[in-house]
Amino acid sequence: MTETAQTTTITAGFIPLIDSAVLLAAATQGFAAEENIDLRLVRETSWANIRDKIAVGHFDIAHMLAPMPIASNLGLTPLPTQMIAPMALGTGGNAVALSRDLWAQAQRHGATEDGNPARLARALRSVIAERPERLTFGIVHPHSSHHYELAYLLGFAGIRPGVDVQLAVVPPALMPDALEAGQIDGFSVGEPWGSVAALRGIGVIATTKSAIWRSSPEKVVGMRQEWAERNAETLAGLIRGLYRAATWCDDLKNRETLVRMLAAPAHLGIDAAALKAALDGGYGSGADVAPAAKRASIFRFAAAAASFPWQSHAVWFYSQMVRWGQTPFREKDAERARRTFRPDIYRAALSPLGVTIPSANSKIEGALEVPTPVGATRGQLVLGPDGFFDGRIFDPDRLLDYIAGFEVAEATSDSSSR
Amino acid sequence: MGMHDKSLNILVIDPNRMRASIIEEGLREAGHHDVTLLTDMSNLMRQVVDADPDVIIMDLENPNRDVLEHAFQVSRAARRPIAMFVDRTDAAATEAAIDAGVSAYVVDGLKKERVKPILDMAIKRFNVIERMRQEIDAAKTELSERKQIDRAKGLLMRTRGLSEEEAYQLLRKTAMNQGRRIAQVAESLILAAGLLGGDPTK
Repeated sequence: MTETAQTTTITAGFIPLIDSAVLLAAATQGFAAEENIDLRLVRETSWANIRDKIAVGHFDIAHMLAPMPIASNLGLTPLPTQMIAPMALGTGGNAVALSRDLWAQAQRHGATEDGNPARLARALRSVIAERPERLTFGIVHPHSSHHYELAYLLGFAGIRPGVDVQLAVVPPALMPDALEAGQIDGFSVGEPWGSVAALRGIGVIATTKSAIWRSSPEKVVGMRQEWAERNAETLAGLIRGLYRAATWCDDLKNRETLVRMLAAPAHLGIDAAALKAALDGGYGSGADVAPAAKRASIFRFAAAAASFPWQSHAVWFYSQMVRWGQTPFREKDAERARRTFRPDIYRAALSPLGVTIPSANSKIEGALEVPTPVGATRGQLVLGPDGFFDGRIFDPDRLLDYIAGFEVAEATSDSSSR
Repeated sequence: MGMHDKSLNILVIDPNRMRASIIEEGLREAGHHDVTLLTDMSNLMRQVVDADPDVIIMDLENPNRDVLEHAFQVSRAARRPIAMFVDRTDAAATEAAIDAGVSAYVVDGLKKERVKPILDMAIKRFNVIERMRQEIDAAKTELSERKQIDRAKGLLMRTRGLSEEEAYQLLRKTAMNQGRRIAQVAESLILAAGLLGGDPTK
């Protein structure tokens, strides 16, 4: 890199959530600048805005729900645009919170403070059986991991989302208020909103994303495929900058700076205490009962290949779109979903850094019960544990069997969820 | 009676009452009389279902866009509104709408030609409102700057026994020498006076 190198401007949209941290850190801590990129951040208020502004080219890249670019490529959203996700922005980071009232009731039916998803789901089934009114849960978007994780949890206990409980979309920042007002009884949302509800004494974090699906992906960096092709070199630089930013976010030495950066009014504009609690694994209602190991696994930005865009993750999201009737199964759509995530671009961009990258593009989710060394481009890479709380194994090569194996599912009623 | 003959039922969703009214007025001027304003975002889904609109106009700052789109997705009703631009046949209009900060949803099957003028009007008015907002902001800044200059003048008059004209000339000269605006010099002066034991003009 020379001083005369041209600086390229990249405009990035983001939603004020903790998992935008890697983008914010790249822009404000010098990691993008090191790659001669002027990363300009634009805060957005809805995922629909992110989608539209990417589609018309106002944004080059954006913080996206991991299933978003897949849904776009399958034509399930307005303004369908060919998109790719060459990098993930981390694993973990969502919380399932219940109103205090519902939590108390769930506890009487066996829900435990350690966040055990199986016990929580069974308890909710018992609660539903005795409550005359249908429970409503808030999710942030139908094409989101928040939706699929909550539905997975409920489905485990035979609870049919949309039938036995109602699902309503609520903007993340409005979740605590909606819970307080009794418009919803619980929610599944990206942090810090679960912690905010807990700190305000409105709700209790009953379980987390990382308990439902260990080492599971959350947001990605999404972009138009055409932009990625036209700006291949810039994109490679961006991925390197983001990778360094992710490593910086993971480092506990930087935790205070990270919290301050996130709390800034132009970024999340949220009280630092809630952000710190969320990053540290702010569990429960003041009484922090999560074991240390579990807390440590709640947010991961770079470690254990957290930013690697596993194609098996993309296919899993597709499996849930089919399961919940958002789209009918088609072999070529499964392939489209898989190819939305681009580990090839990620690997090529990072090869000059000499960092450890998985050699495989896909993995079997649930195969690793304990941390296990796996094949990597260099050095040693330890992954896992991964997989789902119910012990179900997801093999992306046996997709149809996997989808057919769920007892609770919604038949596709039409050809699109538009 | 076919869809063509029926007057369109238009729903304007905007927590900004002033902007909603300006859009409503534009719609009425264009001959649309079946217009509902929705400025309270609580129970949005219920309100939209009750209004049963053919066309929805919504501002882009509204975080409830995702709520609205989800409502359409799960709606089992035959009348299912969809985003105005689901294809790329009218890229320029899509961009103009996004630039202006407005989105639109129409009931599936409604002819584009019928809805296009509505959206064009909304885009125009959103742009006008944005310009007005910028002008108001600029006016506010100017007003507060004038106040700062007045305070700085008063400070100089009292502490250095200058006339108002002399005080202003001193500020102006200092600004010129420092290559700054008079308002900036006035602000520094007030700040410094505050640090040195309180602003006597307060």
